[in-house]
Amino acid sequence: MHFGIAFDMSIVLRRTPLWSCLHKSLSSIGATVDKQEIENFEKITDEWWSQFGPTKGLHSLNKLRVPFVRDGLVNEGVVSKEYLNTSAPLKGLSILDVGCGGGILSESLSRLGANVTGIDANSRIIDVAKKHAEKNCLQINYCSTAIEDHSQQYNGCYDAVVASEIVEHVTEKDKFVEACARCLKPCGSIFITTINKTFWANLLAVYVTENILEVVPRGTHQVEKFIAPHKLQRLLEDNNIRAKLIHGMVYNIVTNRWSWCSNISINYALHGVKLK
Amino acid sequence: MLIKNLFKSKNSKLLQVTFRFYSKGTVSKHYDVVIAGGGMVGTSLACTLGKNTKLREKRVLLLEACPNKAWGNPEKYSNRVVSINPSSQKLFSDLGAWKFIEKHRFAPVKQLQVWDALSDASVTFGNAESQEIVSYIVENDLLLAALTEEVKNCDNVNVLYNAKVTKYGLPDYEGNIVNITLDNGDEYTCDLLLGCDGVNSSVRKSMQADYVSWSYNQMGVVATLKLKECMKNEIAWQRFLPNGPVALLPLTDELSSLVWSTSPEEARRLLSVTEEEFVEALNKAIWSKYSSSIIVQQATSIFDTFLRVLNCSKSEKNNVPPTVKSIEPNSRAAFPLGFGHSSQYIGKGVALVGDAAHRVHPLAGQGVNLGFGDVACLSNTLGEAVYDGSTINDLSYLRNYEKDRQRHNIVTMAGIEGLHRLYNTDLTPIVLLRSLGLQATQALEPLKRAIVSQAS
Repeated sequence: MHFGIAFDMSIVLRRTPLWSCLHKSLSSIGATVDKQEIENFEKITDEWWSQFGPTKGLHSLNKLRVPFVRDGLVNEGVVSKEYLNTSAPLKGLSILDVGCGGGILSESLSRLGANVTGIDANSRIIDVAKKHAEKNCLQINYCSTAIEDHSQQYNGCYDAVVASEIVEHVTEKDKFVEACARCLKPCGSIFITTINKTFWANLLAVYVTENILEVVPRGTHQVEKFIAPHKLQRLLEDNNIRAKLIHGMVYNIVTNRWSWCSNISINYALHGVKLK
Repeated sequence: MLIKNLFKSKNSKLLQVTFRFYSKGTVSKHYDVVIAGGGMVGTSLACTLGKNTKLREKRVLLLEACPNKAWGNPEKYSNRVVSINPSSQKLFSDLGAWKFIEKHRFAPVKQLQVWDALSDASVTFGNAESQEIVSYIVENDLLLAALTEEVKNCDNVNVLYNAKVTKYGLPDYEGNIVNITLDNGDEYTCDLLLGCDGVNSSVRKSMQADYVSWSYNQMGVVATLKLKECMKNEIAWQRFLPNGPVALLPLTDELSSLVWSTSPEEARRLLSVTEEEFVEALNKAIWSKYSSSIIVQQATSIFDTFLRVLNCSKSEKNNVPPTVKSIEPNSRAAFPLGFGHSSQYIGKGVALVGDAAHRVHPLAGQGVNLGFGDVACLSNTLGEAVYDGSTINDLSYLRNYEKDRQRHNIVTMAGIEGLHRLYNTDLTPIVLLRSLGLQATQALEPLKRAIVSQAS
């Protein structure tokens, strides 16, 4: 019984409209950026690169999402044959990592030879990312900005846009998707990984991981910001992007391993291609 | 903004490089991977990494304490040979090193015959009449020469001979770089250190890995044998004596290689007696009847009849082992035998490969094949790590290597250890059970196939 009440309360609190209104009015950096979200992530800036810290799930997700992006681009035929099965299969491709955080994904993509631009609304995290890339001798262009501002300047510039584990932190998803789409070249690919808006996602991805097991800091996710795959697909279609595939992803908390699955009710990954 | 960033990161890279070169005033170089030990396993690893397209950009350094010995194509066969199983052979032909071996010499083994000195039970693997090859007998020196030759074709692999390492500095909690100091003061750094430095691995010692080991109180006596009658020599023979197994491995139709595991006292005696006396002792070991218990004789013959009734026993033509005429002068040598297994194959910035991680009894000829299995698995794992955009020393990938190899090695090692213990006694009940077991194995084709597949 106690279990149930605690569960409901957290939802009630988060759903209070007053709170979200306040957050929106406070945000100045861009319409899609939520100030509260920035504050949430500010707390874990120092631990961002610890493989065993609060971001360990993101580190281990690389084993899934990097091959997802790599093979997605290979299947689209944008990777030249000579680079296949080499250490730099993404050589010459320009990739935008939206909501790059400390650069966990950006660095991996950069190591594969891509010209990576990483943007995040949180300037402190961008500093962490810059320092870490410098230490590892990686050339990544990090920038503290919002996607809608970035898309004005870099209209149609990227072979791929990656929005991994960010859509669930975005307030105005239509504007976000529109801006991402604008950055893409024709036939460019967008890769999104996010959380579905279901009871199971709320229970497992939020309640169990944040409140019971505490592997993710409390307040990282707000269930009302999650988006169902068909809604996301609709937003993409509105921006002339066709979803090519949607995979379910499942996280094993004990072994800290992600794997692909057919069930998309919790986490899912989507690969979309911008039509000509 | 972009240009500024580029400039900044380039600058820092330059700084880092200069720092690495001038620290402590000695020569210091950075490699992605350093392989410690240029034996068969270390050199095949260097070759495999060098030929892995996913690792082409990675710089590899192979450190070998001995000078480079060129293969002089000697007429005399070396007394140190290995039995290469089909998957190791495939590894070498993929590397291109098998061509070199084929050009020189090797002996294919089509059948393996194992029998017990204390009973008449025996088992065979493979078939001498078929085309299928169970294993290949190659001299250690020739295999190493073939691999060394092939390493020369890998642009990204450097080999440093006479490199005696005095210290391996593995990364602490904060760091990521491995420091290696040589006895001449040179220093090298790397992201990943691969320990292929054999049974007494210094890399393993600096890892402080838990190492389970014991001595068998046995020595392996080796020699090159000349056979009495010239015949098709394609069968490897092994007889389990009360002191340990004696094995004859084919080299040519006239020559075989000996691996005779026996007690240290007996080994010392065998090395000190004249060559004629040695041959006599060896022929006795292969041919002589040991007094076996009447119970065992009765039971095995009843079980044999039973298997015949069930039509399980294949009435194969009974092969007889060769008789030894003489030995190649000065080809006798002996080395100690032991068991060892490291609980950890990996650590931060380090991994163990081959004998450094595991050591087995030579009775199944599996030791070096387990090492070559490690090589193939590690190369795949590192290639996968790099192709997934991870760093080459990413622990979660290295952990996959450890998991995959331990899963295979421990099963094989347990099997070999079990066989050793089973045959290292002359207690009648055990002799009885093992003889019946050997007969049952001989009768059950699927069981034989399972054993062969684990060993290849």
